[in-house]
Amino acid sequence: MRQLLTFIRKEFKHVFRDKKTLLMLFGMPTAQIILFGFALTNEIKNTSLGIMDLSKDEVTRQIIRKIDESKYFEVKMYLENERGIEQAFKRDQIRAAVVFPANFAQELRHSNKSQIQIIADASDPNAATSITNYLTNIINEYQLQQKSALVAPMQIIPEVRMLYNPELKGAPNFVPGVIALVLMLVCTMMSSVSIVKEKELGTMEILLVSPFKPIYIIISKLMPFLIISIFNLMIILLLSVTLLDLEIKGNIILLLIASILFIVTSLSIGLLISTTAKTQQNAMMISLMGMMLPTMLLTGFMFPIENMPLILRILSNIVPSRWFFIIIKNVMLKGLGIESIWKELLILTFMCFSLLTLSIRKFKIRLQE
Amino acid sequence: MEAVISTNKLTKRFGQFIAANELTFDVYKGEIFGFLGANGAGKTTAMRMLCGLSIPSSGAATIAGFDVYKQTEQIKKNIGYMSQKFSLYEDLTVAENIRFYAGIYGLKIPEIKAKTIELLERLGMMNEAKKLVRELPLGWKQKLAFSVSLVHSPKIVFLDEPTGGVDPVTRRQFWDLIYYAADSGVTVFVTTHYMDEAEYCNRVSIMVDGVIEALDSPRNLKRQFEVDSMEDVFYKLARNAKRAEQ
Repeated sequence: MRQLLTFIRKEFKHVFRDKKTLLMLFGMPTAQIILFGFALTNEIKNTSLGIMDLSKDEVTRQIIRKIDESKYFEVKMYLENERGIEQAFKRDQIRAAVVFPANFAQELRHSNKSQIQIIADASDPNAATSITNYLTNIINEYQLQQKSALVAPMQIIPEVRMLYNPELKGAPNFVPGVIALVLMLVCTMMSSVSIVKEKELGTMEILLVSPFKPIYIIISKLMPFLIISIFNLMIILLLSVTLLDLEIKGNIILLLIASILFIVTSLSIGLLISTTAKTQQNAMMISLMGMMLPTMLLTGFMFPIENMPLILRILSNIVPSRWFFIIIKNVMLKGLGIESIWKELLILTFMCFSLLTLSIRKFKIRLQE
Repeated sequence: MEAVISTNKLTKRFGQFIAANELTFDVYKGEIFGFLGANGAGKTTAMRMLCGLSIPSSGAATIAGFDVYKQTEQIKKNIGYMSQKFSLYEDLTVAENIRFYAGIYGLKIPEIKAKTIELLERLGMMNEAKKLVRELPLGWKQKLAFSVSLVHSPKIVFLDEPTGGVDPVTRRQFWDLIYYAADSGVTVFVTTHYMDEAEYCNRVSIMVDGVIEALDSPRNLKRQFEVDSMEDVFYKLARNAKRAEQ
């Protein structure tokens, strides 16, 4: 036991004396949270809007005021004709335009029906969809408020509610993704590099000739990264709550257990990589190409998995972070309990144990060659 | 004389390939035993079997009285090992390296403290104790690595080409350390490519194509092959080797 502690202490010294690694270990989560949380959101905020109001009556003025009052839109300019709209789009002055036809209020009063045209810049299709949705919502809301005044004979109004993330913030979706990505990177890359380094130096040989057991080598090599990863997780959660106004709705213990499971899975992958990689660069490349890319693409936090071709959907099943992502999303954002994630937990547990057994066995075999 | 290494027809096969073929020899207590052979002759394989790192295919061997098949754990406690890579942690200090290796051999804290001071004094490195190993000159690293391999007072120390890439003066100083260790009763089992070093050994074995072709004191070997230097002994034996360099 004391021998193990000696070894683990040495491992921590390696980590803390390497300033570059240290910066990466602790700088990365913070940088990613800030990057994903603020820069890469698909949130719509203060979108510039053009209005072409050919009616200029009481109703259109009310609607325009309502749109302008919302924090999502800002009425930038009033336009007189179609050409003006086109020009405004081309000059990048507006991202969407709302067109009220002539005699808008009159129509509405007489036939209980009227039309509004929404024109959006669809060169960014996701943003365009969001913008039109928001605008529609605002208009529907206005309609509902006026219901008593304008009673329609029969109206079916779909009421859209965006659950768990009513403001459609980008951050809630990204935070679980960032957690998965950071844990994966730290555990897989750092641990594989640290083991391969020992082989390159020749110290691994000395350790093997000593009575120190190989399984202890594995434990002490992985321990620092386990602890650092838990610490990193805490930093990410803290930043999400304080910086991104995110609320952790579910049970934090459950979150922690799932995370540790995922961390150990990633560490086993790192160990597995270390058994095949010959040099530190080699280990780093395999970790980056083999782990980071699939984690980014097939986890579901950047691109929804449901929209992928079948082959990618099947492939995504073997990416551990995919399951972990679902777990954190359900626990953290939706506040759901174990009953909603037991299936994912089970899959992750299975992956964790099979990878761990495989990598430990391979590690030992490699040493005996 | 007491034999601390004793092998009898020790053999290691990898499939059809026989890396070490029926090695039979004894090494005595306090002896400096040179283990020579061209690249690919099977030195490393033999040494790995003796260190308990690889299980022999057939034959028998005892190291410090322990069986290589069943008692690898006891063997590991009683041997030290140093390779040409020096095997120190560059980002740890001199004292930390000593403490680490003493620690994983299970030495107790007071023992570790005493050993660290003793070792630093003998090496004359008291002032360098807190320096990172990275900052030491090559020769110092090598001496330190050797001393570290003796930190748990092993009965036998295995040195795998310990002087590779070191200048002649430092090599000479290094051999002083080896003599010092042998005088205190440690058995030294050393592989080398330098034939002048072979002359320093009490006895020398020369392996060719997995087989020990010659084993005696340097003086007797020279007489036997009717040459003036170990260099010529080695050349006479190794030029007929069939195995190419791996």
